[in-house]
Amino acid sequence: MRLADLATLIRSKNAGPFFLTFDIMFSDEKPYRLVTESRLLSEQVFAELYKCPASSVRVFECESALAIKFSIPRPIPQGDLGDGDLHGGQQFAPLMAIEIPVPEGQNIHPGR
Amino acid sequence: MDELRYIAASLVGAGVDRDSLDEALKSDPHFIACDAGTTDAGPFSLGSGRPAFPREAVKSDLALLLETGRRAGVPVLIGSAGTAGSDAQVDWTLGIAEEITKEAGVKLRTAVIHAEQDKDYLIEMLRQDRIKPLEAAPAVDEDTIRRSTRIVGMMGAEPLQMALAEDVDFVLAGRCSDTALYAALPIMRDFPAGLAWHAAKVVECGTMACESVGRGVMFVRLRHDDFLVRPFGKGLRCTPQSIAAHSLYENVDPFHFTESSGTVDISGARYEPVDAVTVRVTDSAFRPAETYSVKLEGAELVGYQTIIVGGIRDPFVIRQLDHWLLDVRGHIEQFINKFLGDRISKDDYDIRFHVYGRDAVMGSLEPDRAELPKEVGIVFEATASTQQLATTIAELSRQPLLHTPIAEWSGSTTSFACLHNPAHIERGAVYRFNLNHVVLPRSPQEMFRTRLVEIG
Repeated sequence: MRLADLATLIRSKNAGPFFLTFDIMFSDEKPYRLVTESRLLSEQVFAELYKCPASSVRVFECESALAIKFSIPRPIPQGDLGDGDLHGGQQFAPLMAIEIPVPEGQNIHPGR
Repeated sequence: MDELRYIAASLVGAGVDRDSLDEALKSDPHFIACDAGTTDAGPFSLGSGRPAFPREAVKSDLALLLETGRRAGVPVLIGSAGTAGSDAQVDWTLGIAEEITKEAGVKLRTAVIHAEQDKDYLIEMLRQDRIKPLEAAPAVDEDTIRRSTRIVGMMGAEPLQMALAEDVDFVLAGRCSDTALYAALPIMRDFPAGLAWHAAKVVECGTMACESVGRGVMFVRLRHDDFLVRPFGKGLRCTPQSIAAHSLYENVDPFHFTESSGTVDISGARYEPVDAVTVRVTDSAFRPAETYSVKLEGAELVGYQTIIVGGIRDPFVIRQLDHWLLDVRGHIEQFINKFLGDRISKDDYDIRFHVYGRDAVMGSLEPDRAELPKEVGIVFEATASTQQLATTIAELSRQPLLHTPIAEWSGSTTSFACLHNPAHIERGAVYRFNLNHVVLPRSPQEMFRTRLVEIG
């Protein structure tokens, strides 16, 4: 199942002028567990998708919020020459297509 | 004091909701606070000293907040005045507040706290090795400080507490930690720092911590072993998940937040519902810092910009766009060399193309650059040391954009559809953020200047 179909919200935003942060949020525990336990959302996966060293990626599992979060340094600081997204709000799109395998017999309802 | 209550009214200039504020007032708050700034607006506001919200909107919100505070007999705190919290923006907001009080025929004891930093002071701190880089910080030297148009220090709770100790009606602060605005009085009244900072973090963006989107204000009941948070506003409610999730928003790390005086640690915090709209939070912690630090924000002039907006529909051009743009750039550079070569070199200007429909939004992060769109939008940017030079370069760029040929067509072509006449738009000054550093001051107050005045 695509991550976009499991999550209720996938978003990106500036975390200050020098970082981008990404939130992947779920409405209930089942899809959250499925995604976290798949171990597919790792530093390495995000580093590859966002073309930065894995050592610069910070990943967080936020159980009480049912959310997965990661942050990376901005390739260009906010508003500097060449930056095309002042608020960093449109950088999440490549995450939507990440395929999360659903084990056979497990009934997962789409998040949205 | 067993319980301290306050209203957090999101953002001055974004439209504070009168009905929600009136409703929240019935719960007897001890203060009302509202943030007025953000770096999210970009470097322009700090660089230029201009606010990102219109004067009319700021006046309307400020009038409502001051009137509500006066009615309740409690202080009103405004932080990061005028978007970037520079001195000019604090004074601009003070001017609006003076107009409001005069029109209302009231007087307010006001503490004005300036947060802009003296360059000589910062250079001295740099020499003493008291300026430290944060993660992903650009390089800094004395020249960085000298060429900045403005540098502000982000005040912690201490300057606000000094102002509140003077028993004022209104605290108008320059650049200020959003959370400090809401945590200053609670910490002053000996409430646990972990809970005080965490509650502040939850409400710093107003009703964004709610499950649903809508207009309203946030209300906090802070006690010695927990805090309760709820919204006032039509259709709004907080849930344990929405409160926990808000700590993700615009933060690198959702569990640890650095303040001037230490680190807020909410990794062990627990959230439980109280009623349909209220959440109870416990177990938030605070670790005092060994060394007090003040974050700096600086902006410097990049140059002046002139742009041309247009598009391309010809599939022959689109399928070789990189190559074509390289040709266009070559022709532009030839023109610049021919007409301006005696005055400027390649280091004096910057030209670039943002290709909408392909990778303008994600730039180097775009994973799918190969797929060819039906049409592309192009924003051409010329940046130079003066507006006149940027515009001259843009004017010299129009012909290459229109008429750079491709091999597929014989004869003269016009490959670029200009949106406007004249084709170029002068954008004015362009700034960049140039600091992501902290100062280690000798005292929490030495970087901030407080003035007590009566306005009205």
